[in-house]
Amino acid sequence: MGLYLLVRAAVLVVSTAVASVVVFAVMAVLPGDPAEVALGVNATPEAVAAKRAEFGTDRPLVTQFLDWVSGLPTGDFGVSYVTSDHIGPQIVDRLGVTLWLVLFGMLTALVVAVPLGTAAAVRHRSVGGLLLSGLSQVGVAVPAFLAGILLVFLFAVTLRVLPSGGYTPLGEDPGAWFQQLLLPSLSLGLVQGAVLSRYVRSAVLDVMREDYIRTARAKGLGLYRALWRHGARNAAIPVVTVLGLQLATLLIGAVVVERVFTLPGLGSLLLDGVANRDLLLVQGTVMVLVVAVLAVNFLVDVLYAVLDPRLRGAR
Amino acid sequence: MTALENTSPAARGRRRWRRLNASMLVGGALVALVVLAALVSFVWTPHDAVHVDAAHRLAPALSDGYLLGTDKFGRDVASQLLVGARTTLFVGIVAVGVAALVGTPLGVLAGMAGGWLSEIVMRANDLLFAFPALLLAIMLGAVFGASTLTAMIAIGVATIPAFARVARGQTLGVMHTEYVLAARAAGRSRLAIALRHVLPNIASILIVQASVSFAIAILAEAALSFLGFGTPPPTPSWGRMLQESQELLFSTPRLAFLPGLAIALAVLGFNLFGDGLRDWLDPKLREHR
Repeated sequence: MGLYLLVRAAVLVVSTAVASVVVFAVMAVLPGDPAEVALGVNATPEAVAAKRAEFGTDRPLVTQFLDWVSGLPTGDFGVSYVTSDHIGPQIVDRLGVTLWLVLFGMLTALVVAVPLGTAAAVRHRSVGGLLLSGLSQVGVAVPAFLAGILLVFLFAVTLRVLPSGGYTPLGEDPGAWFQQLLLPSLSLGLVQGAVLSRYVRSAVLDVMREDYIRTARAKGLGLYRALWRHGARNAAIPVVTVLGLQLATLLIGAVVVERVFTLPGLGSLLLDGVANRDLLLVQGTVMVLVVAVLAVNFLVDVLYAVLDPRLRGAR
Repeated sequence: MTALENTSPAARGRRRWRRLNASMLVGGALVALVVLAALVSFVWTPHDAVHVDAAHRLAPALSDGYLLGTDKFGRDVASQLLVGARTTLFVGIVAVGVAALVGTPLGVLAGMAGGWLSEIVMRANDLLFAFPALLLAIMLGAVFGASTLTAMIAIGVATIPAFARVARGQTLGVMHTEYVLAARAAGRSRLAIALRHVLPNIASILIVQASVSFAIAILAEAALSFLGFGTPPPTPSWGRMLQESQELLFSTPRLAFLPGLAIALAVLGFNLFGDGLRDWLDPKLREHR
């Protein structure tokens, strides 16, 4: 177990390092000089040179990269070329909104997928099971932002029971905060739940054929009880993997859903950064999202080993 | 299969046709519908898809000669949907093509070579997984400006790992078959084995992967166009039609529902077709999924 974790952690560190080079390199090939962009076309060469020195863009690329990357672990993402604000605090501020959204989205997905997938597996030969499978197929085909628009139409436009967008911090008004996060979380979670339910169905179908379930049934346990007592852990292994991959999808899906519901999360920060040509901000936000995806994959590997001791010896 | 069963190629072919399943038929019909819409849009649309008819803005369906009405600029929605199918397919074909052309050789190489080369290819693959299409496209859009090309490249590059992984897994299986062992014993070069024996045997599963990847590419293109990082105006795109109609959800929800429906049906079609194709190629899997 120790060696397995060590290898996984090493892979995470190396991947993060390579990812930081990639993100920096892509942003560095940008044609144009941030100093010239900041000062406009009428700036004197001296003013541009001074601005470059202020931004630090007059230094060699390697120095700029090392300076940027060494600040990342402490949350120092540099100072925006456009607004002159520190980028780190902005990212931390917005990250909270996105994390809540992803967390609620994930919960929704689980609440939808586990019963739906299990029922579809148990009744896989009946019309009901086929209908459930069909429903999940349709769910998979609906992008989260479309689900968001449909939910807004249903709950905000037609029924008028939930807000169509906006954000109130948790500390200010917990009720409004929850209401405003509900529809975005549902848009993310319902779609992911549809995807996940297909894997739950497949995993439960596999487990249902196992001898230990037949033995448990022979002892007199009902099917659902036998599945819960003996099958849950085995069925959980493939589901957890997909859940991990989905967490990454949710994080990226949040970027789009935040735009639908005008939520001030990391996605909005990224898109605003692009719109304002605030490249250091874009660079920092992309890096945070990439590290989050890598970290999630690492956690999945760890959880995988916890759930299935057989995997610990393997790579 | 019993010993008495007719195993002639013709009989095998007939059995394959009988096995055609509902997923494949429904999926195939939906895909055909999207392809047909795209093809028709080259030669005919009810109106010019980008023509702005200011006098008939937000015309309802079946009015003033507009089958599905007009949008907030007075453009014909039906024509935009038809041309949008073309945009969707174009992005999908290029993106999946890039992914298949790069990912498949990488996967086959990793599967045939094994050892450190395989390890490097697969670790690079894992790293690429950390850059989802959307993030790549936004990054490229920030640097080079949003365009159909950056969207296609981003979606294509982000899809490479899927092909590489499947190709490697399948290649590993094929490498242990007797015909490959025989070819190696006969002294055939690695390239010849890859082209003559490995690729033909893993092609079918790669086609399934292409269909599923196509569905994902459609979703990614729609999301990117919705965010303004995909196909730039005035070229019609389903994702942007949705984005432009969001503010009119209270008054004219039809404008959001129609492109939404088009996206969902196209994705459903490619997903179902891929699933059905997999079952058709390997009936043993049917019960399993």
